[in-house]
Amino acid sequence: MLIITCPWCGARPELEFRYGGEAHIARPADPSTLTDEEWADFLYNRTNPKGLHAERWRHVHGCGRFFNAVRDTVSDFFVVTYKAGETRPDIAGDQAK
Amino acid sequence: MTNRFRTPSGGRIDRSAPVSFRFDGKTYSGYKGDTLASALIANGVHLLGRSFKYHRPRGILSAGSDEPNALVAVARDAARVAPNLRATQVELYEGLSAESQNRWPSLAFDAGAINDLAAPFLPAGFYYKTFMWPAGAWKRFYEPKIRAMAGLGKAPTLPDPDRYTQNYAFCDVLVVGAGPAGLAAALAAAESGARVILCDEQAELGGSLLAEVGATIEGKPAQAWLADTLASLSKHENVTLLPRTTAFGYFPHNMIALAERVSEHLAAPDHDLPRERLWQVRATEVVIASGAHERPLVFPDNDRPGVMLADSGRTYVSRYGAKPGDRAVIFTACDSGYRTALELKAAGVTIAAIADLRPQLHGELPSRALAAGIDVRPGTVVTGTSGRLRVSSADLAKVSGGAVGRSETIACDTVLMSGGYTPSLHLFSQSRGKLVWDAASGSYLPGTSVERERSAGACRGVYGLNAVLEDGYAAGEAAAKAARDTASPQRGATPVNGASSRSFKAEAPDLGNDGFIGATPHNRNPAFAKAFVDWQNDVTSKDIKLATREGMRSIEHMKRYTTTGMATDQGKTSNMNALGIVSEALGTPVPQIGLTTFRPPFTPTTFGIFAGEARGDLFDPVRKTPIHDWAAEHGAAFEDVGLWKRAWYFPKAGEDLHAAVARECKAVRASVGMFDASTLGKIEIVGPDAAEFMNRMYTNAWAKLEPGRLRYGVMLREDGFVMDDGVVGRMAPDRFHVTTTTGGAPRVLAHMEDYLQTEWPDLDVWLTSTTEQWAVIAVQGPNARAVLEPLVEGIDLGKEAFPHMSVREGRICGVPTRLFSVSFTGELGFEVNVPAEYGRFIWEAIHASGERFGITPYGTETMHVLRAEKGYIIVGQETDGTATPDDVNLGWAVGKAKKDFVGKRSLARASMSAPDRKQLVGLLTTNPATVLEEGAQIVADPTAPVPVPMLGHVTSAYHSAVLGRSIALAVIKGGRARIGQKLSVPMPGSVIEVEVVEPMFYDPKGERLNA
Amino acid sequence: MQKFSGLELLRRALGGHKSWQPQWRNPDPKPEYDAVIIGAGGHGLAAAYYLAKEHGITRVAVLERGWLGGGNTGRNTTIVRSNYLFDESAALYEHSVKLWEGLSQDINYNVMYSARGVLMLAHNIHDVQSFKRHVHANRLNGVDNEWLTAEQCKEFCPPLNISSMRYPILGGALQRRGGTARHDAVAWGFARAADARGVDIIQNCEVTGIRRGADGAVEGVETSRGFIRTKKIGVSAAGHTSVVMAMAGVRMPLESYPLQALVSEPVKPAFPTVVMSNTIHAYISQSDKGEMVIGAGTDAYTSYSQRGALHITTHTLDAICELVPQFRRLRMLRNWGGIVDVTPDRSPIIAKTPVPGLYVNCGWGTGGFKATPGSGNVFAHTIAKDAPHPINAPFTLERFRDGFLIDEAAAAAVAH
Repeated sequence: MLIITCPWCGARPELEFRYGGEAHIARPADPSTLTDEEWADFLYNRTNPKGLHAERWRHVHGCGRFFNAVRDTVSDFFVVTYKAGETRPDIAGDQAK
Repeated sequence: MTNRFRTPSGGRIDRSAPVSFRFDGKTYSGYKGDTLASALIANGVHLLGRSFKYHRPRGILSAGSDEPNALVAVARDAARVAPNLRATQVELYEGLSAESQNRWPSLAFDAGAINDLAAPFLPAGFYYKTFMWPAGAWKRFYEPKIRAMAGLGKAPTLPDPDRYTQNYAFCDVLVVGAGPAGLAAALAAAESGARVILCDEQAELGGSLLAEVGATIEGKPAQAWLADTLASLSKHENVTLLPRTTAFGYFPHNMIALAERVSEHLAAPDHDLPRERLWQVRATEVVIASGAHERPLVFPDNDRPGVMLADSGRTYVSRYGAKPGDRAVIFTACDSGYRTALELKAAGVTIAAIADLRPQLHGELPSRALAAGIDVRPGTVVTGTSGRLRVSSADLAKVSGGAVGRSETIACDTVLMSGGYTPSLHLFSQSRGKLVWDAASGSYLPGTSVERERSAGACRGVYGLNAVLEDGYAAGEAAAKAARDTASPQRGATPVNGASSRSFKAEAPDLGNDGFIGATPHNRNPAFAKAFVDWQNDVTSKDIKLATREGMRSIEHMKRYTTTGMATDQGKTSNMNALGIVSEALGTPVPQIGLTTFRPPFTPTTFGIFAGEARGDLFDPVRKTPIHDWAAEHGAAFEDVGLWKRAWYFPKAGEDLHAAVARECKAVRASVGMFDASTLGKIEIVGPDAAEFMNRMYTNAWAKLEPGRLRYGVMLREDGFVMDDGVVGRMAPDRFHVTTTTGGAPRVLAHMEDYLQTEWPDLDVWLTSTTEQWAVIAVQGPNARAVLEPLVEGIDLGKEAFPHMSVREGRICGVPTRLFSVSFTGELGFEVNVPAEYGRFIWEAIHASGERFGITPYGTETMHVLRAEKGYIIVGQETDGTATPDDVNLGWAVGKAKKDFVGKRSLARASMSAPDRKQLVGLLTTNPATVLEEGAQIVADPTAPVPVPMLGHVTSAYHSAVLGRSIALAVIKGGRARIGQKLSVPMPGSVIEVEVVEPMFYDPKGERLNA
Repeated sequence: MQKFSGLELLRRALGGHKSWQPQWRNPDPKPEYDAVIIGAGGHGLAAAYYLAKEHGITRVAVLERGWLGGGNTGRNTTIVRSNYLFDESAALYEHSVKLWEGLSQDINYNVMYSARGVLMLAHNIHDVQSFKRHVHANRLNGVDNEWLTAEQCKEFCPPLNISSMRYPILGGALQRRGGTARHDAVAWGFARAADARGVDIIQNCEVTGIRRGADGAVEGVETSRGFIRTKKIGVSAAGHTSVVMAMAGVRMPLESYPLQALVSEPVKPAFPTVVMSNTIHAYISQSDKGEMVIGAGTDAYTSYSQRGALHITTHTLDAICELVPQFRRLRMLRNWGGIVDVTPDRSPIIAKTPVPGLYVNCGWGTGGFKATPGSGNVFAHTIAKDAPHPINAPFTLERFRDGFLIDEAAAAAVAH
């Protein structure tokens, strides 16, 4: 069971959280202007990296807030967690930046 | 011959406390402090089981959790049966009853031993090469035979009545293993004030010190030091000592799982005690002090009862006062074997000879053995043993430069072997630490750490009592400091140990660190000699060589093809020797071959501790409405809907489901019924942007909905498919009372929160789950108004003042209510929302008020029938996650003028309006008495060849008592265009003819709503 | 290829089994192949075998980062069944079951296909409706699947607890032709049979890049053992598909999740069939060795760590002990994790890609093992003909763009 640091509440066990998938996929402001291809990319395509992954978590059995995290999907260690709306922090060796 | 092999004194058993026990029906005696294995050895019993594949007689190989052979079933009663327990770990208690396994008809004569004769035809992987003819015979013929032969013990056949509990614990330093390294680490950490948990799998803490007879620590005999140290540790309030507790799993972020055997060792356990307990320990720092396993030597016939690991033989003598035999041959590749020889000799065992694989001897222990007059033979191997159910002699031969000379047969009843030690890397490897090969010691050692852990003592290749103690102490000090400096265990860290600040001045014989990996040379015909690598799975060195010939070059392939290391000891005794044999066969150095992955658990772990108390009603929470007890008192049958118990129907005496539902349905249509709708999900949506938020989340348009009005809302997933529905009341311009389906409530709230927080944080809206706050009572039927009117204050229930689909706030029986005029039956209807704690009170008040109309409580089944008569859908029944609003005739609820809402863009894809989409229709069977089966498929041509093209399926089907016939809802490809057509529902052995109709069977104009 | 049979086993036993040859060669990569398969799991090896056998394409390399069969093939719970709801799925999995039934003979390797039945339990009325929908659809599609009452479930699988539990069993859907197979044997059998037809299986060879020409078409793969030229690349990399496809610049509708499984210590035969309960999340069967083989759904977050959380295992065993309370005293012997690649509709992708010459077989989630021969068979067809077989034609990448999902999970609330 992971320990996850909620930016609002601090470090808590994984059981208090729900995973929310890849982060920083903003819903298009006007979906009607997107082609089917673009819309499918938004809906379904995911980076799914082996390595650092920016992802959403929700402290569902706590403050209820969504927040973002960068986690190494190979080791499952978190590098950083940050509030929703903040940009992905600079991390050395982060190829996605 | 009771306890003929017991030493007159010595060891940690309590000779004043004799214990009587049974093995295979025969009664024996032992002492308190014995294990089943040590007690049997004291009684001269060495035949304990039969091997997995060849059914060869097997004895006791080790004295600990690495035991592959001596597996027994222990039964307290018919239900409390535990198979496959290691006799070396089973603590003796009065009346213990154990049975050997995998033999028929008896342990001494096992018919399965025929396999041993057939062994030449059963090499590694033989089953992949045969049993293929004729096709299908595998399942019918070969497999049942093989399954019956394989396996160890028998599974229990009755439900386990024992309890298991679970603890969570936190500590600064968890020390795994209470041998000298672990004890020293725990001491160091405890003295620094850290919160320490020290666990050990054995019944007593002390590890190797429990069998230490010659050494001194800090000037005291080792066992006296042990007693003092344990006394000191137990005085520390910040120390938790856990004997009989195995650290079996290392999970991410320093979560270590421990299995504690709480009461299994007791003759008559207190009923309040659990059998075992799961500890989930979150440790800031971990010290692994798991020691090392003695390695067997792989030589022909090394599996006969009486052949044992040398240090285990010594342990039986020095810790349990049980001599493994009268006359022993020792085969060793390290000095440890000499210590065994000396201690056995001192206990009165004749040492017939020591065969030392090494050509030259030096060091203290061999000198002492020579001085003691023992026949020591350097450069010598054991090439075989004799004896049917117990070893009776061993063959020794000189080996020089790989050439093995002629064998000499030496009579003995015991062969003790030692190939050196293998550090126990299991937990370190589970923590994802990288192993490194240490050529000097010929072993893998812990390399770079990933989690916050450090190894100490023999498990990292440190040997020698003083060195081990100091290594442990240094690790404990460093771990405590690291835990003080950084509290969070979420990140891995590189452990740095300083020098131990304490000197233990321990004096013990130097055991060196020699050893041997692989199969020892012999002079036997390789076609017939069996030198076992994995005792339990009957894997020989021949099998491993065959696998290399067949191209199994990776150690993973080797493991899987030969099954070496896959037995219940998980390769503790076998892995390194297998690696050595592969290395030799391929001519590849050991570190290039790789190592198989260490997987949890360290030793087999009872299912029960994982399940804990989660059984029956505690398996999942049971959610009950405030009206549940009333329903139960009135005979309701319940159905499970998610976690909820919902009243399904209210049978009267003699009624079945069908009869009760028919009565309930008629009562609602004719007069009035009441229904507990409290399980519906409820969300309060409040804020200046509430209407805008609703606009974005639901397909409907909300801006124009006036306060005091209700609207049926449809929610889509972003992919355009129906996710949920429910009636929504606008309580105020900035306040909505949203209802959801029973099962969908948490999902809908999470969905809303997701969009609100992450996509539209600019919207000023608050979402609150109010499912548990409101009890909801639906009152439905022509007399509904008359039932409620006398109870309600402050709300005009009149037709004009309170039209259908309205909401009013007021009081009912003095209790605040949000009263909905809404119907899921097609009748005049109301839903009374009251604070949950008044739910039953109001329910009973309504029931009393309705008595004059014969008010009828009804359950979910009647609710389903009534709504189906009206063609109202149930999300999850008419829809299945692949339906658009239009598919289920909800196109009208989609706000076409709205620029955007969740799911809108997806609805624009061509596929979403394809003409052959499945659409909701009604079905009427030609024979009105025939009720279709929900899930039945609908076809145009039932005579078409398989695969028969299918048009859709029946989603709901009931007998309608009011209509006097069956009705059904279905989704059918292009269904709306098929209204009026006859289609077929093929059933096994018959075909049911149906007509496609509008999905509306009762009061199509909706006049009754406004009665 | 040396023939495997009981007679051969006897004959070679007389020679001390000295004359057995390697089951597959250990070749160095050649500079060029007609087709390269990335990933030597069951699916990739099966594709190579069928390329050689059915399409005459034998200049084929299967590249494997680790050891063949070392990924999900060797980590799964070996359940085989085909009672899927939608026509597309039923056709694909039924194709596979038919191949399973003759596979040992076809590849001359005993894969121990054991049609001992797969029983899926219904614990509530919704389950009953859903499973009956499956039963009817399966029957009309020619796939065996029958409805059993709770008592019939108990009769078919006597160890089962059907009543004294939180969610009593209301019935079950039984596919008698379903069952289990020996997972390693499938990988090894296909490897041996493909090797015998000339396919080079190159282990310890990691693909590091996919080279594309000016026209966008594939030209070859960069590997840890050098560049290999080819015009056709079939990606069959399971949990690592996103990583490999990214080398060709293709984004995938995939997420990789840990999937755990565990076995008990071996015991004598005590559980005759495969039982799956999706409602309480667990499935169980007994291996020929006697181990209870147990699994459940995936862990909650994406990961390549090949391990999962203890609380997932705990929940799985809650469910097993509820279904078979006499197994509470059995003990877990091994617990491990794999990486499964999951699509949005929980159905696989076996298709051409936007990159000419690049084909992908992925997205099997928790259910790939059962499809091994069928999937390899139609993937080989797709690679050989540059066009899908009718059976895999619906399983495109484009279905996500166009909305023609094959949503088994949503439709049935049944995990694979």
